[in-house]
Amino acid sequence: MNYLDFEKPLAELEGKAEELRAIARANEEAHVEDEAAALDQKAADLLVELYGSLTPWRKCQVARHPERPHCSDYLSNIFTDYTPLAGDRGFADDHAVMGGLARFKDRPVVVIGQDKGNDTATRIERNFGMARPEGYRKAIRLMEMASKFNLPVVTLVDTPGAYPGKGAEERGQSEAIARSTEMCLQIGVPLVSVIIGEGGSGGAVAFATGNKLAMLEHSVYSVISPEGCASILWKDSDKMREAAEALRLTAQDLQKLGVVDRIVDEPLGGAHRDRAATMDSVSNTIAAMLDDLQGMDAAALIKARREKFLAMGSKGLAA
Amino acid sequence: MACCTPRIAALIAIGAKGLYLPLKELRRKGTAMNWISNYVRPRINSIFSRRETPENLWSKCDECGTMLFHRELSGNLNVCTSCGHHMAITARDRFEALFDGGIFTEVDVPQPVADPLQFKDQKKYPDRMKAAQKDTGEKEAMLVAEGEIGRTPIIAACQDFSFMAGSMGMYVGNAIIAAAQRAVDTGKPLVLFSAAGGARMQEGILSLMQMPRTTVAVQMLKEAGLPYIVVLTHPTTGGVTASYAMLGDVQIAEPNALICFAGPRVIAQTIGEKLPEGFQRAEYLLEHGMLDRVTKRTEMKAELVQIIRMLMHMPPPVMGDLPKPDSAELIEPDVEAADTDASDGEPADTSKAEDVKE
Ligand SMILES: [Zn+2]
Repeated sequence: MNYLDFEKPLAELEGKAEELRAIARANEEAHVEDEAAALDQKAADLLVELYGSLTPWRKCQVARHPERPHCSDYLSNIFTDYTPLAGDRGFADDHAVMGGLARFKDRPVVVIGQDKGNDTATRIERNFGMARPEGYRKAIRLMEMASKFNLPVVTLVDTPGAYPGKGAEERGQSEAIARSTEMCLQIGVPLVSVIIGEGGSGGAVAFATGNKLAMLEHSVYSVISPEGCASILWKDSDKMREAAEALRLTAQDLQKLGVVDRIVDEPLGGAHRDRAATMDSVSNTIAAMLDDLQGMDAAALIKARREKFLAMGSKGLAA
Repeated sequence: MACCTPRIAALIAIGAKGLYLPLKELRRKGTAMNWISNYVRPRINSIFSRRETPENLWSKCDECGTMLFHRELSGNLNVCTSCGHHMAITARDRFEALFDGGIFTEVDVPQPVADPLQFKDQKKYPDRMKAAQKDTGEKEAMLVAEGEIGRTPIIAACQDFSFMAGSMGMYVGNAIIAAAQRAVDTGKPLVLFSAAGGARMQEGILSLMQMPRTTVAVQMLKEAGLPYIVVLTHPTTGGVTASYAMLGDVQIAEPNALICFAGPRVIAQTIGEKLPEGFQRAEYLLEHGMLDRVTKRTEMKAELVQIIRMLMHMPPPVMGDLPKPDSAELIEPDVEAADTDASDGEPADTSKAEDVKE
């Protein structure tokens, strides 16, 4: 288990309990079960306390947790017949973006998402979830196909942002993001999105501009990273806690602002502490969002999407 | 301020005199002119307030270092007459030069909720807004207007980099939506001049949501079959580039404009190597297939007229000086008189201003 800095006391308690149990296993004479159970209880109480009131910055940390379930985990757990489709037909296949055909509860859909990778090798392969123009162009191609064959689109958003690189800029990062957002708005099929970790700026908008948007309880969605905001507005990147607070990037604040439609509850201690439960909740939420759009034709879906964004933000936090 | 000599005080006095005279002139025209003075005075004020301070009488080109007389520079749309470097120009100045006879009507922009996140960094957002409003005399970072260019009716929207770096928040989004709506309602094309450091961080997620909102505006134009022309000016970066500024039917940039998603500094940090000469500049983007054209500001109007008239199936533009629209004749002579009054005093100041700089 990978512990976050604020989970240090928790790590100590859980570590001690584990140690006691190891002693018990080695020596049958040692009666430490009661003691271990007491530590477990303490750890459980602490977990409730810590996760009952996560600050915005701590939520950012949880959202970026290396063991948090990633796009590939959802693809293999809540979809069947996942058939990856590759390439932008112009330059390359971007491995930061996964996508293709799949069945969701038996129904064929197009699924697209960013994946950050689960270990060093896959993190590098996936470029830490930071797409290049090819990734957005692959998404555009898949959304067009979905629209042509009347398949709903499900997007899973998890990216620190679009990749800031020389080649990415030369090949039109801005244009690719703009066109992907445009495609999100013009397809005549349901588009539902879930922010499963980090919704980083324009790189997230290009996938998340749908009819319905859900966020995991401890995921974040922001115009800029708290560190980036802190270094610009506070001239001090260590002020990320203050910046995270000010930016209102939590699922809870975003729901108040009318940006997010649903919040998916996470298991106590974050999505990574009970992956199976997380998968179930996300699956149920996707199903509910698709149900909400049942019976709407192409024109109605496009109109609803536009009206949603045109009205967005008109009331501020009072929405 | 070692340079603060009596000469500067003298210059300020001359500037103030310049400001005073034409207003007195206007007042002498009596009550019938009241509406004109009410209408024209703010414009005259803005013309003269720019000339009040001595450092504004002369500008140094940041590219070649040539000292340029303010009037000469503004007459050339803030393009250096020596090296062709394009300096910043406010939205209002751009419109005055763009529209025939400098005549345009502002299109109303719905006012968004103020400070929607109750954002506070080291300063409160409303305080930053007030400061920007005071500095620029503008309400927000985008101006929308309708009028004619080369007798071709258009709607134009222009982002003002001098207002909080032209950053895109709810107001800018509302402005683009209002511009597109007005274009659709009147069947006119939309010309959008972009300039922005990116999103307005103080509006958090709501600034990010202007990417989809403005994209809806572009789609409204597309559906109505109306041209949407983007003129990218220095600098256009971040979420602005990654939405409405890259979705034009025709993409034109001013020379040497920085146009990017991620800024050169961020990229240099990421890849840890030196970036090529001219990276992310207009000419570089043109070469990489991201733009249709790179056009000098001084030639932009003629080019826009030519392109729009073809896209709108209108006959070719009439070349040469057109007579001013009738409505202009009521107002223009006074403004020009005011201008002339001011410039009369200026040649005499020239030597003094040079002395100050030396
Ligand atoms: Zn110059």
